[in-house]
This record gives sequence, structure tokens and C-alpha cells, in this order.
Amino acid sequence: MTAGNFLSLGCVADMNTEKTPRDSGGVVKKAFVKSVPVMAGYMVLGVGFGILLHDAGYGAVWSFAMSLLIYAGSMQYVGVGLLAGGASVLTAILTTVMVNARHLFYSISMIERYQDAGRYKPYLIFALTDETYSLLCDGETPAGADPDLYRFLVSLFDQCYWVAGSVLGSFLGAALPFSTAGIEFSMTALFIASFTQQWLTARDHIPALTGLFGTLACLLLFGPERFLIPSMLVITAALTVLRPRLTAGKEAER
Amino acid sequence: MIADAHAALLVAVMALVTMLLRGLPFLIFRKGRRTPAYISYLGQVLPQAIIGMLVIYCLRDTDLTAAPFGLPELLAAAAVVLLQVWRRNSLVSILSGTAIYIILIRLPIL
Repeated sequence: MTAGNFLSLGCVADMNTEKTPRDSGGVVKKAFVKSVPVMAGYMVLGVGFGILLHDAGYGAVWSFAMSLLIYAGSMQYVGVGLLAGGASVLTAILTTVMVNARHLFYSISMIERYQDAGRYKPYLIFALTDETYSLLCDGETPAGADPDLYRFLVSLFDQCYWVAGSVLGSFLGAALPFSTAGIEFSMTALFIASFTQQWLTARDHIPALTGLFGTLACLLLFGPERFLIPSMLVITAALTVLRPRLTAGKEAER
Repeated sequence: MIADAHAALLVAVMALVTMLLRGLPFLIFRKGRRTPAYISYLGQVLPQAIIGMLVIYCLRDTDLTAAPFGLPELLAAAAVVLLQVWRRNSLVSILSGTAIYIILIRLPIL
């Protein structure tokens, strides 16, 4: 859900296109075992999302619908803010494009692997979140299992955790006897942790700093209600201008 | 709160745009075709910048001019950074940072 937590774009493809007689009991178990590491994270972050959404005035039906249809963690957290603030449709479109643009690149790296997935293909593409990508990008599938069915099940299990966590969060938000004030910081913490992780692994910190200070400048200039769209424009423009500089080192390394 | 119809429209928009972003490459870049250099460049640099943007977005309403002067946010954010550097476990950092924040905003001295 957060970009670059434990994934690396450009995972090496190790295609397993062999179709062998299926053993559906085995493949369900193997897919479940593979998905377990995502379970805790999705349940916890899902619960956090459900509570936040409840506090913003939207109950279980909304968290179920959002987790079922949008199924993108960071975007759903940001979406709570958009709903609470009554954002315009244009703001919602642009924000979703910017927050989820990285999914373009997950998909690009999965084109070959998902190309022949047949009836599983639409769902595999729909459900390609950060975490599912990180589980499936190594291209490994268990021997003797239908690789497409296996990937479908891993993707499906992951979404089940996310939806279950979200709905649970909605009920918790309504039922908790104490104030949940401060729980909204889980979203801030999610992005700060992700920012730190990317900072630790990035070779160049200019993109991260561009995002941070470009947005800060727009916040001061435009105010907290309408700085998001200017920020996205400034960031994209700045990174486009900086492109020769940011790609120069890479060319020299080759 | 806004009207439910507008909220539903926003949810639908977020869902459709997300689906489009995930599906578009499968429609445009068929097997074997190369991704344009500018697009793959943006793919490398945008995620980092956008996460930076989202950090600021989350903290947009922090008031630095009145007590507690954004101190709970600052301390909890510092805890998240330090834990992430130390343990490299996002879930631990997020849960601990949130717990620290929840405690801090309830402290009478802040």
C-alpha cells in the first residue's frame, strides 16, 4: 500500500508458464501461506482506515465499498480526507492519479506475466496493490500448481484481509467506549515510515525533497484547503526540469 | 459532511481512476513494446516525491502558532523516523508512532 516498503520495481521475471494438472487443495494452501505476511499489515491498516472513516461520518457500508472497489490503501486514507472536506471531482481525479501513479509501473512490470492469465487476468490487474505486487513480483509459483490460479488466490486472500480489516475498523470505531482521538496519526505515520524507508534505499534524495518542499511552498502560498493540485503540478514540472540532472548520474554509470 | 450522492461520486471516481491506472499499461504497452523513457523516469522519481507530498498533506492542519505548537506531531514523527531507521519494519513504526501521538495529545502538560 505504501510505495516501496518492501518491494523493488524491476523485479526479475522468472516465468513459470508450465501448466500442470491442478491440485486445487494444495494451491489454496500454498497461496494462503504466501499471503500470511500481508495479513497482519492489511488487518491493522484496514482497521485504522475503518476507524478514521467512521470518525469522518461514514460507516461500515462505505468502508466495505471503498475497500472492495478502490482497493488502494494510501488512496483510501487520503480519500477519507477528500470525503470529509467535500473535495471536487477534479481534485479527486488528480489526487488519485498522483497517489496511485506508481501502479502504472507495477502493471508495466507484470505485463508479460499476466498476459495469458485468461479468466483470472481482469482481477489480477485490478488487485495489484503494493503488497500483492511485492509478493508476486519475484515470479515464483509452486511446482505443480496452476500459476494463474495461484496468483489469483494470493491476490484474493490479500483483498479479503483488507476488506475484513476495514469493516472491522468501522464497527470498532462505532463501539469503542473511549475516544479514538489521535488515531488519525496512523495515516501520517504510514507516510512518514514509507518516506523514511524510501530515503534509506534511494540513491538520490532530490525527488523526495522536491515533494516535501514543493508541497510545503504550495501550502504556505495557497493555504491548507487548495494546495494539493498546485503541489502536484509543481512537483511534476520540477521533476521534468530536473530530469537531465537526475538521469545524468545513471548514464555515467553505464 | 457532504451529501451522500457527492461522496458516492467521489468514491466511484477514486475507484475508476485507480482501475484505469492499473489497467492502462495492459492496453497500451503490449508484450515486447518498450516503455517511453520519460514515463519510466517518472515511475522512478514520482513515488518518492508524492510520499513527501502526502506527509505534508497529513500535517497541513498542524497549528504552529498556538499551544502545543505542533509538538505532539513533531515528537511522534521523529519516533516513526527513528524506529524505521532502526527496525526497518513499517508496521512497528506506524503502530508505535500512533500510540505515542495518542498519548502525547492526552498529556496535560502539552
